[in-house]
Order: sequence, then structure tokens, then C-alpha cells
Amino acid sequence: MALKDIKARIDSTKKTMQITKAMEMVSAAKLNRAEQNARSFGPYVDKIQEVVGSIASGSNAKHSMLLTRPVKKTGYFVVTADRGLAGAYNSNILRHVYRTIQERHKSSDEYALIVIGKVGVNFFKSRKMPILDSITGVADQPSFAEIKAIASKAVGLYADGTFDELYMYYNHFVSAIQSDLTEKKLLPLTDIAATKSKSSYEYEPSEDEILEVLLPQYAESLIYGALLDAKAAEHGSRMTAMRNATDNANELIGQLNLSYNRERQAAITQEITEIVGGVAALE
Amino acid sequence: MKTIQVSVVTPDGPVFEGNAKMVSAKAKSGELGILPGHIPLVAPLTISAVRVHDTDGKTQYVAVSGGFIEVRPEKVTILAEAAEVAGEIEVDRARASKERAEKRLAGNQQDNLDATRAELALKRAINRIDVAAKR
Repeated sequence: MALKDIKARIDSTKKTMQITKAMEMVSAAKLNRAEQNARSFGPYVDKIQEVVGSIASGSNAKHSMLLTRPVKKTGYFVVTADRGLAGAYNSNILRHVYRTIQERHKSSDEYALIVIGKVGVNFFKSRKMPILDSITGVADQPSFAEIKAIASKAVGLYADGTFDELYMYYNHFVSAIQSDLTEKKLLPLTDIAATKSKSSYEYEPSEDEILEVLLPQYAESLIYGALLDAKAAEHGSRMTAMRNATDNANELIGQLNLSYNRERQAAITQEITEIVGGVAALE
Repeated sequence: MKTIQVSVVTPDGPVFEGNAKMVSAKAKSGELGILPGHIPLVAPLTISAVRVHDTDGKTQYVAVSGGFIEVRPEKVTILAEAAEVAGEIEVDRARASKERAEKRLAGNQQDNLDATRAELALKRAINRIDVAAKR
């Protein structure tokens, strides 16, 4: 390679590195915020879980959201990102959901999808899979109001019998370098932990009417919680992906510098040889 | 004097924490007044104002959009999907959403689901405006 070409490659790699480095820092800041959001959501979901648990365990209350019914159609709630550049964040989840659906269902009448994130929407659209509802452009720090509409729609579609069970897929945030693909059966609510409640409650007016309010609110909060978790995982993966990219760029620049110097040295050596040769010819 | 601990929690974090000598709220079945030492109770709330009568004799208003109230002898927890303390309500936004909901209600009488949703939005907006006026 000519000297000029190597120089150009070094410059362009340096510019890319600046961008990936900036993106890494932005993601790190967003990850911080996302973790904070997840923390402030904690007390709400803990409390609601406690109350739901104590009602569900302490009584013979029946509610359609607690009962398993024969499955004619399955709903899948998939959380992806709006953008790529986050390592395997999106592809992991999409590949898994796609494979699961192929294994479980023979025709597209047996399932329906609810998708968050542009990457997921495009993926399922291009495979002509039925998307019931989707939202894209969710803020990096989503507020509950933003999610409320799609969450209550998902719960409503279960209540009106459009599907008979609902699974949720998202990346659970473990640390900045690790996120786990999580599959969670959201509805019917079968795995409510029977909490050892410290107090048995009076219900005003009745248990059933409270469940009517409480269970949809609970299911919606689970969806919101999953989304917050997924957001943290997204920022974490993006940060890691960008850090790797920065490291790679650094390494590449090192190699290029080495060959640049070698090339330069060779050129100088040749020049000297030529001069010496020229002088020798004159004598 | 005996007091009761009050906290209002939403998915976006806690909105209100404090001590009170009495809490009144509007449940679906009617008005509730809770004093310290109340028996454990759970009740769904309507879109309304929760009134916290604090120890200095002042009353704090918190607008809640439904949810429910959990009562223990020493603690009251209100879990709502949205809630604001009177002083933090954005009145302009509430006014705008009130107008929007009214327009939508006037526009379509046929679509039931949309009408219900608009009605709820209207209730929330009116509640916010009312509570904000009491700050």
C-alpha cells in the first residue's frame, strides 16, 4: 500500500473511533439513568405484588386473569430497540422468538404479536407475521404514561379473548456486559407468589371488585417493569458494543501506524541507496 | 398525638411521603376517612383528590388517577398509575387535555371504546384542575 493510502485509513479510523467513543459515553450516562428509573419503580411493584399476593393466597377469589383457559391463540409481547449498534441485543431476542413461534405454531392464525421497537417491527413485518400493535420511538427514559396505552391494550386483548395466554420476551439487565434473554408468562397470572402477608385485609367493597381494578394494574406494571429492565439492558449492550468498537479501532490504528512507519522507512532507505548509487556512478 | 404514615407511589416513583393525623380518599364504594390505627383494608379509588390532613392542621391535596389504597394500622399506601401533589400539577397541560377530551367526546358518539377513554381522560383532567386550584 502506498503511504498516502495508509495515512488516509488511519485518519478515517480515528474519526470512527471518536464517534464510537462518544456513543459509549452517551450510553453510559443513559444506563445510569435507566438504572435509577428501575430503582424508583421498585417500591411500586413490590407493594402491588404484596397486595395481589395476599388477596390471591388468602381467598378463593376467581378472576379471568387468574384462570388458565384452553389456548386457541397465543400472544407474544416482544421488546426490542429502535436502533441497532447494540451488539447482539436485538438479534438474540428476535431469533429466539422466531424460533419459538416456528416450533409452537403451524399457522399464523394461532398467534399474534405486540412489538415495541423499530427493529422488531421491521423484522416481523418482513416475515409477514401478524402484528396486532406496536410502538416505536419509546424515549430512553420512558414514563409510565407512554407505555400505558400499549400495556392496557395487551391486557384488554387477553380480557376480551383475542388471545388466551400472553408471553413476554425481553432482555433482562444483569450488568453492563451481560443481559439475559427472558421469557415470562404474563397472562394468565399463574405464578403470583402467595406472600406471607403480615395482615389479612378487609376488602371494600369486595375481593372480586378489587381484583377487577388490581389485576389489570398489576399486569400493566409488570409490562412497564420489563420495559425499564430492557431499556437498561439496551444501554448496557450499546455501551459494551461501542467500547469493543473503540478498542478494535485502537488496535487497527496501531497496526496501520506500524506499517506506515515501515513503508516510510523503506522509502527513505531506497532514496539513500539511489543517491549513493548516483554518486558512485559519477566518480 | 398519634399519626399515620402516608405514601403515594406511582410507577415513575414516589410522589408523596409524610405523616398525617387523618387521610381522606374517595373509594369506589364511597368516601373513606382513615385515622391512625385503622384495621388493614384494601379499596379501589376513583379519579379524585386524596386529602392528607397533616399534623400542623394543614391539608395537602394529591390528585390520583384511580388505583387503590392499602391501609395498615400504622401506614397508608396509595398505588396509582399517575398522581400529583397539588403544587406540582401543570395546569396548562391539564386544560389542554380537557379540551382535547371534550372535542373527542363531542366528535364521536358511536365508538364506545373511544368515548369511554375520552371520558376517563376528561375526568382526570378536571380532577387535576380542581386539585391545582386548592394548592
